[in-house]
This record gives sequence, C-alpha cells and structure tokens, in this order.
Amino acid sequence: MKFDRFARRKYFSNGMAVLTGLAIVAIMVPLAAVIYETVLLGGSVFNVDLFTKGIPQPCTPLAGVTCQQGGLVVPIEGSILLMGLSALFSVPIGIGAAIFAVEYAGERKSARIVGIVADVLSGVPSIVAGAFIYALIVVYDPTIVFSTLSGSLALAVIMIPIVTRTCEEALRTVPNSVREAALALGISRWKTTLRIVLVSALPGIVTGVLLAVARAAGEAAPLLILLGNGCEHPLQGLSQEGCALPLWIYVGATSSSQNLVNLAWGAALLLLLLILVLSIASRLTLDRLARRMRGE
Amino acid sequence: MEVLNLSAFYGGNRAIQDINLKIPDRKVTAIIGPSGCGKSTLIRCLNRLHETTPKARVDGSVFLDGEDLYKLDPTLVRRRVGMVFQKPNPFATMSIYNNVSAPLRFNGRPTREQMDAVVLRSLKHAALWDEVKDRVDSAATSLSGGQQQRLCIARALAADPEVLLMDEPCSALDPIATAKIEELIGQLKNDYTVVIVTHNMQQAARVSDFTAFLYLGKLIEFGPTVDVFEKPKEHLTESYITGRFG
Repeated sequence: MKFDRFARRKYFSNGMAVLTGLAIVAIMVPLAAVIYETVLLGGSVFNVDLFTKGIPQPCTPLAGVTCQQGGLVVPIEGSILLMGLSALFSVPIGIGAAIFAVEYAGERKSARIVGIVADVLSGVPSIVAGAFIYALIVVYDPTIVFSTLSGSLALAVIMIPIVTRTCEEALRTVPNSVREAALALGISRWKTTLRIVLVSALPGIVTGVLLAVARAAGEAAPLLILLGNGCEHPLQGLSQEGCALPLWIYVGATSSSQNLVNLAWGAALLLLLLILVLSIASRLTLDRLARRMRGE
Repeated sequence: MEVLNLSAFYGGNRAIQDINLKIPDRKVTAIIGPSGCGKSTLIRCLNRLHETTPKARVDGSVFLDGEDLYKLDPTLVRRRVGMVFQKPNPFATMSIYNNVSAPLRFNGRPTREQMDAVVLRSLKHAALWDEVKDRVDSAATSLSGGQQQRLCIARALAADPEVLLMDEPCSALDPIATAKIEELIGQLKNDYTVVIVTHNMQQAARVSDFTAFLYLGKLIEFGPTVDVFEKPKEHLTESYITGRFG
C-alpha cells in the first residue's frame, strides 16, 4: 500500500518532468524552423551579388528563360539610412528624458511620469506610430509623406521609449558617491551629469541604443504606410520614397515572380543576422559594464 | 570657519539644531558623537552638500573669511571647502592622473604643465606619490582601499581648498591604512583647516586639536581635545567618552 503511493508519486513526478521538457521543445521547434527555413531559402541567394546589385526585373524561370538574381543594395542602404536618422532623432531625446528623470527630478512625481510615459509609448502598436507620423506630416508638407525622412520619424517614436528606459536604468546604476565626489570638487551640476555620470553610464547607454536600433531594424508596419516604394531604383534622397529590408521582405515575398521571392528570403536572412549581431553586441557591452562595476 | 545658528532638515525631520561653532584655522577639529547624532549632516552643511539630497533644507549661516557661504554660489563654495568621504570614491572611469587633475580639467582649461605640477604636488601632499609615480596612467580602481582614499585626498587638495572636510575617512580601511591617513592629517593641518568626523574616540584623541561633541543633533561641548577628553565640562560628554552610552 505504502509502496504504491510512492510509486505513484514517482510516476507523476517523472511525467511532469517530461511535460515541461516537451514545453521546451515546443518553443525551440518554431525558432529552429524559422532559422532553418530562412537559412535554407535565403542561403541560396547569399552571395556577392546580394550586396552589389539592385532589385532585378520581375521574372519567373520557365523553359528557355533565365532570371537575374539581383541584389539588395537599395534595401540595405535604405535600412542603414533609416537606422542612422531615427537614432539621430531618438537618442538625444531618450537620453535627455532619462537625465531629467534620474538626475534632476529626483524623487519628485515628474520622475515617475517620465517612466509611465515611456512605458505607455512603448506599448503603442508600431502601425499607430506610423499613422500618427502620416497624419502629422500630411498637414505639414504632403509632398514628403512617403519618404525616408517620415519613415525614420516613425521609427524614432518606437525607439524613444526603449532608449529612455535603458538609459534610466544605466544612470541609476551609477552610484551616488560618484555624483557627490564630483559635486564636492566644485564641479557644476551640469558638468557632473554630462561628463562624469553619463560617461560612467556609457556602456549601459550603448546597450540601450543597440537594442532600440535592433527593434527598429525589423519594423515593417510603419514603413508600409510611410516609406512608399523606392526599392526598384537607387535611393533618391531623404525626402523621396525610400526602401528598407523589412519593407522589401513584404514586397518581394508577396510578389508572383520567383526571383523577387528568393530575394525576399535573402533579405530575411540578412535581417536575422543583423539583429543577431546587434543583440550580441549589446550583450557584450553590458557584460563589460558588469565587469567594470565589479572592479575587474 | 564659523557656524552660526545652523539647523538642517531632511523633510520635516530636524537632523541638527542651532549649532554654533568656531572652527579654528589650520587646526584639526574632530566632531564626535554616537551614530545618528548629526555629525555627517553637520559636516555636509559646511560645503553645502547637504542641500543636494532630495527634500533636504538648511537654516543658518556658515562663515569663511567673513563671507556667508550660504549667500555664495554652492559650486564655488565647494572649491574652497574640499571633502573626503567615508568610502573611497575615485572616479572609476579615470586614471590616477585624471582623477587628481579632475578639479582642474572640469573647472577650467589648464595646460599640461599646470596639470602636471598640480598632480605632482597633490599626490606628494597626500603621501601617495612614491607609491604611484610609475603608474599614474593606470586605473584608479587598481589601487588598494587605503591608496584610493589618499587618492581622494589628493584630488580634494588639487582643487586648492582652504578647508578640508573628512567624513569618517578611515572607517572603511584597515589599521595600517588608517595609521597612514592619521599621520597625513597631522601634516595637512600646516596648510589647511581640517574638520574630521569620526565615531572612533581614540582617533579623535590622536589626531585632533579641538573636539566637538554632538548628541541628538545638538552641540553639547566644544573645546581643546585635551580638555574635552580629560576634564569635560558636561556630564553627557563624560558619560559618552567613558563609554557609558553610544
């Protein structure tokens, strides 16, 4: 009788262990499948042409017809441009808001308000951010609504709360004794913040910016509204229609031409690698920060 | 340095109350008292650092060379009244050289020669030069705790203050490092007015010329250290010094 109860418990325990193990498999399978599929299909176009050629004429191979593979120069350039511009808009604002919340507002209510605003803003669906910028720009100058510029503004809206939150965290890790040391030397509040506290928090801030860039790099929704489609020609300028890797994935993957579909897989692989690199880079800077905090 | 009717608050809490104190020039004055009696608060009022704490407030005046420090720009006050903290707090992102030259670099545009001269003088003054002269460009955090504290003293001296405040400068250090700092304090009083907060009465007796005894935010007794320790006027002082409370 007693033995039976123990045996039952043992089976139950083992059964639960197997179930939780299956849960792990269940989350690994989709990830592995996505990576496998992307590498397999994207890998077939992963060559020098991908980085040197433009988008080709739409074409599906038939008997006697060979299609050009083409390349992603325009989406790559467009994405780099968008990342740079949106970082330019969002990083100063995000760092500024974080400095206000941590260094100046102190324990006042306004400090918490910055955090709440950032949290709410980060919860805004990216398509709404796109619609918001559309509505804003269309009033200001309808001719530049579909452009790299307006796309980068929408991405900046998405990046600002990420930069703000991570910068806040980074600034809070700077011990108060550092601020007091600087103030006690007769260094002004502003210089203490900008040249001593901010420098001490730099690895954390870099991490935040990289995370924000990684997030914006994969955004497609606001760009579907705002970027127009400048993928088929070389980029024209900031106020002209632009292109980006996620936008091209949408355009290429939904086209009926086989070579464009293949190129969309190439873009997907490239984007995956880019985000992987950004994530690893941000993790590495964070590790370096942690090591320095421990005094190594 | 003269403290007049000084009270300090944290929110609605009064940490020190109506302190009147004449701190003699170029002497070492020790502030002693049990934990929470307001020693650190008092010393942090002398360079106007107390008011940087959220919700903190100060009433009264502190005079230096006949000027009320509370009517001046706090940044300028802190250049004249330097401070060393309980835990060594060198700038972890900077080298030894850059730590010591920080007050110059951040408060002006010194030439390399000016900085070299001040760094050399300050490190020598803080009795650290011999130990670091071959590695002034290595990280400040590579130094031992006692060396870091002397680096902080050198950094404070580099700002060329008149008064040097020390808030329990040895409480995080081992006995050997403590002895070095105490010896250093004896030399510093030739050039600076030194105010040191300590919870260690033997230390107060060893290093100071004058002693102030604080209890529950009030100044109970102030006088030459010999008098305060050997024939205190107040019963409370005697009880504290003989170890009956605190």
